[in-house]
Amino acid sequence: MDINDLRTVITVLLFVVFIGIVWWAYSDRRKQAYDEAARIPLDEDSPLIPKAASATQGNEKQEEKTS
Amino acid sequence: MQSPATYHYKVVRQFTVMTVIWGIVGMLVGVIIAAQLVWPELNVNEYLSYGRLRPLHTNAVIFAFGGCALFATSYFVVQRTSHAPLFAPRLAAFTFWGWQLVIVLAAVTLPMGMTQAKEYAELEWPIDILITLVWVSYAVVFFGTIVKRTVSHIYVANWFYGAFILAVALLHLVNSAAIPVSLFPMKSYSAYAGVQDAMVQWWYGHNAVGFFLTAGFLGMMYYFVPKQADRPIYSYRLSVVHFWALIFTYMWAGPHHLHYTALPDWTQSIGMVFSLILLAPSWGGMINGIMTLSGVWHKLRDDPILKFLVTSLSFYGMSTFEGPMMSIKTVNALSHYTDWTIGHVHSGALGWVAMISIGSIYYLLPRLYGKAQMHSMKAVETHFWIATIGIVLYIASMWIAGVMQGLMWRATNLDGTLTYSFVESVKATYPFWTIRLLGGVLFLTGMLIMAWNMFKTMAGGQTINAPVLKAAIAH
Repeated sequence: MDINDLRTVITVLLFVVFIGIVWWAYSDRRKQAYDEAARIPLDEDSPLIPKAASATQGNEKQEEKTS
Repeated sequence: MQSPATYHYKVVRQFTVMTVIWGIVGMLVGVIIAAQLVWPELNVNEYLSYGRLRPLHTNAVIFAFGGCALFATSYFVVQRTSHAPLFAPRLAAFTFWGWQLVIVLAAVTLPMGMTQAKEYAELEWPIDILITLVWVSYAVVFFGTIVKRTVSHIYVANWFYGAFILAVALLHLVNSAAIPVSLFPMKSYSAYAGVQDAMVQWWYGHNAVGFFLTAGFLGMMYYFVPKQADRPIYSYRLSVVHFWALIFTYMWAGPHHLHYTALPDWTQSIGMVFSLILLAPSWGGMINGIMTLSGVWHKLRDDPILKFLVTSLSFYGMSTFEGPMMSIKTVNALSHYTDWTIGHVHSGALGWVAMISIGSIYYLLPRLYGKAQMHSMKAVETHFWIATIGIVLYIASMWIAGVMQGLMWRATNLDGTLTYSFVESVKATYPFWTIRLLGGVLFLTGMLIMAWNMFKTMAGGQTINAPVLKAAIAH
C-alpha cells in the first residue's frame, strides 16, 4: 500500500461523507430546524419575536399553499 | 428588555464607501487598457503600459472593489445574524486600514513593474506578508463574532463567508510561498518550479474564483436576497447541500487552465471532469436565490435593488454554465487564449460579482446613514439599465471576437500552412474591442452615478449604529 492508495481511500471517504450530508440535510427531522434557520435574517428586524413562532414556515411550504 | 449595546457599523461604513471608490478606480483602469487595445498610442510610457496596468486592473477590481464589498457585507451580516456586536472591533479597524494600505502598495508597485508574475497573485513578498496579517485578523474578528453569537444556529450566509475566509488564507499562503531576494526593488522567486509551479498557480487561480469571487458573494446573496425580497430563502436544505458540494468540488477544477500544456494528461482530465460536476452546486445556489422570489415576482417590477440582485443571479447561472462547457478539452482547444475567456470572466465579474455587490450596497447605505432609502431610487434604476446594457455589449463582443480568433488561428490551407497570420486576427478583432470599450464605459458610468447617489445619501444623514438584537430564545 503506497501513498496513492491512501489518497484514493480519502477521496472515496469524502464522497461517502458528502452523500451522508445530503441524506442528513433532506431527512424529515431537520425540516423544522431549517425552517426556523431560514427566518434568522428576516425575524431580526421585527420587535415582535414571540409572534414569529407562528410565522415559522419555509418558502417551499408557502408555495404549495398559494398555488 | 433592550440591551443598550449597538452594532459596530463604523468599519462597515468605511468598507462600503471604499467599495464604490475602488470600484470606480479599478473599472477606470479597465477602460484605459481596453482603450489601449483599440489605440495602441495610449501606451505612453512603461509605467502606464498595458502589461503593467492590466494586473493593476485585475487586482483593483477583485481585491479592492470585491474585497471591500466582502469585508463590508460580512461584518454587517455576521453581526446581525449572530445578534452580537463584532468581536475585537479595534482589530476590525486594523483590517480596514491594513487592506487600504495593501491596495495603495499595489497601485504603486505594479506600475513600477514589481511583480511575482503569477496571475491574481502578482503582489510581491512584503505586501504578501501584510495581506497575511490582515487576513488572519479578519478571521479572528469574523469567527470571534460567530463564537459570541446569541443565536444557536449559524446562518448559512456565515458558512459561505467563513469558507471564503479560510480558503483564501490557505490559497494565499501556499501559492505566494517564495524566496525573497531583495526589498527594493521588491523581488522574490517562487518556492515551486516548472509544471508544479503552474499547477499550484492555477489551483490558486481557480479557487480564487471559487472562494473569493463565488463563496464570499454567495454569502452576500443568502442575506441580501431574502432581506430585499422579504422572503426566507427558497430551500434551506438545498443551501446546506450546495455549500458542501461547492467545497468538495472547487478545489479540483484548477487544471482546466492548463489544458494541452506540459501538465500530465490525467490531471487535465480530472480538472475537466470536476469542472463539469461544478455545474450542479453552482446552479443549486442560483436556483435557490432566484426561487426565493417565487410568489413575489411582482416586486421586481418596481424595486431596482431587487433587479440588481436577481440579474446578478442570472449572470451567475449563465457564467457557471459557460465555464464547465469551456473546460471541456475540445471546446477549450478553440476558446483558450482567445477573448472568449475575457468575455466569460466579465460575465462573472461584472454580471455576478459587481451586480450582487452593487445591489447589497444600495441596501446597506441608507441603513448605515439613517435614511429610509437611497437619495434617488430613479438613479438606481438608471444605474441598473446602463450597467446591464454595458455587460451585454461587453460579453457579446468578446464571444464573437473569441470564437473568430480561435477559428482563424486553427484554419489551415490544403498544403498544411496557416491560412491567417496572427496579426490578421488582431486586425479583425478591432471592431469588437471598440464595442467592448463602449460596454466598459457604460458600466463605469453606472458606477459614477452610484457614487453621486451615495454621497447625496450620506449628506446630512447621521451615522447610525443599530442596537444589538436580543438573544433569540426561539432558535
